[in-house]
Amino acid sequence: MTAELPFGAPQAPPAGPPVLEVAGLSVRLGRRPVLSGVSLQLQEGEVMGLIGANGAGKTTLLRTILGLQVPEAGDVVLRTNSRGKKGVGYVPQKINLSADLPLRTRDLVALGADGHRLGPGWPGNKRWRLADDLLDAVGAGHLAQARVGALSGGEQQRALIAHAMAGQPSLVLLDEPLANLDLRAAREVVLLLGRLASAQGVAVLVSTHDINPLLPVMDRLVYLANGRSVTGTPQEVVRGDVLTRLYGHHVDVLRAHGRVIVSVGDDGPDDPVWDGSGSDL
Amino acid sequence: MKWLFAPGLFSSGPVLQAAVVGVVVAVACAPVGVFTVARGQSFAGHAFADIASTGGSAAALFGFSPLLGFLGMALAGASATEALSAPGAHARDRDLVTGTVFGAALGLSALLLYLQSTEQSTGGTVVSVLFGSLFVVGPETWPLVVPAATLALVASAVLYRPLLLATISSELAVARRVRLRWMSAAHSAVLATCVALSAVTIGAVLSTALLVGPAAVGSRLGRTPPQAIAWAAATGAGCTLAGIWLAYDSYEWPPRGQGWPVSFFVVTLVVAAYGASRMYRPKLRAPRLGGHPLEDRG
Repeated sequence: MTAELPFGAPQAPPAGPPVLEVAGLSVRLGRRPVLSGVSLQLQEGEVMGLIGANGAGKTTLLRTILGLQVPEAGDVVLRTNSRGKKGVGYVPQKINLSADLPLRTRDLVALGADGHRLGPGWPGNKRWRLADDLLDAVGAGHLAQARVGALSGGEQQRALIAHAMAGQPSLVLLDEPLANLDLRAAREVVLLLGRLASAQGVAVLVSTHDINPLLPVMDRLVYLANGRSVTGTPQEVVRGDVLTRLYGHHVDVLRAHGRVIVSVGDDGPDDPVWDGSGSDL
Repeated sequence: MKWLFAPGLFSSGPVLQAAVVGVVVAVACAPVGVFTVARGQSFAGHAFADIASTGGSAAALFGFSPLLGFLGMALAGASATEALSAPGAHARDRDLVTGTVFGAALGLSALLLYLQSTEQSTGGTVVSVLFGSLFVVGPETWPLVVPAATLALVASAVLYRPLLLATISSELAVARRVRLRWMSAAHSAVLATCVALSAVTIGAVLSTALLVGPAAVGSRLGRTPPQAIAWAAATGAGCTLAGIWLAYDSYEWPPRGQGWPVSFFVVTLVVAAYGASRMYRPKLRAPRLGGHPLEDRG
């Protein structure tokens, strides 16, 4: 079920029709219930964080939105945005490619536009112009001719974001894009997501187990725990009373130097403290 | 030029036929070979070749076209491997299934070759099936090579973009609605076809060399998949033609002048080409720009 916020009804999304509406979604993997009645709405140009520890169901929710996982109950509705775009771009956490694979970054990006089509496709300036423009837009224009397998983690994330944008989606889903990135690279990717959302009106749903890097650009968040969710702004959701209700036991939220630290436990001396680096929720 | 080309090289019917068949097979193997290398399926390529030898053995025993035998058994092996592998299975799990099917087929091949050699007393068939000879590709086989190779090339072209996306990342492909199971099955079928063609050319045991070697060269020298395929085709065709020339010339070589097997030359040249390509260090990345692009934009 979707946990209710303590100050009333679930947080209403910003004005305008949502490009993504998830209502009462329940998913089982085998016999294990992973999501129970999860709901969220994502607006055009909005950046939403999908927060939760490892195993909380973030990837399952993304896979269900992509249509790769059949829900037990609930609906996922994708709508055309005001720019007439409707589609989902997807950015996995990482792709493992050998540096020996003869594939340039611009090849990867171009496949985002037409990789699902049969046939070799005819080489043309239009295809490469699209790829190069997208690489410029994500600050990776200088990597167009580089082999994808030789890119660093941050560079690969930018290339994958450009790949996702090549399909001209209304919604981009990112699965743990900040994992394995150092602080600087994570900040670059987060700023890029904010720019994409504001400049191109793309709705962005980004999963992460660490809320902190997303704070500068995140409009709202979905917090997943125990298969349930709560949605709202960071100030509304990341509070001890809200997360205590979501987890079903005591949660402390500490704020220091602009960072959020969530401590979950049973009030014992060995309570785990989670600041995004662990999986002990 | 006699010291370089033995008399009759360019007018010999078997040599010209071998050149045409060899080049056609080498070109057909190039795209599927590049994908096989990129997908880490070199073992599957080798296994399909040995599985195909069962069909070649059956053809020798029962007297039908070797290509049909190689092709039928390679496709059967590919089908069995696909059917037993879970959709999107990890390469290691696929290797287990491939290895199991491979072992079963080799056992059957051993039985068929034993029966053939004991009943017909022709030990040369064993050598022909396992190590092939371009010079003795029979009239019942070579007219089938060109259509089969053309079919493999067309299939490779049709599969090109979704297969490339699935090779890069199964997640990216699935997100773009590429059907991984179909893609994997189709690639396996094309691979089996090319392995059968290659087995007819240089024998079942050595066919992996023609499939994987030129593709490995292409992957090092090419900057894009089409360039890699072009390099692989050129390498495969070049090594095959040079192998035919050396094998023909070897009839003049001392001490006995009995001629060396063409498969030996082809495979040796492919390995040499791969060794040479290892000396080339591809430019992997563009030079870094100063500062960070996002920060530069203010």
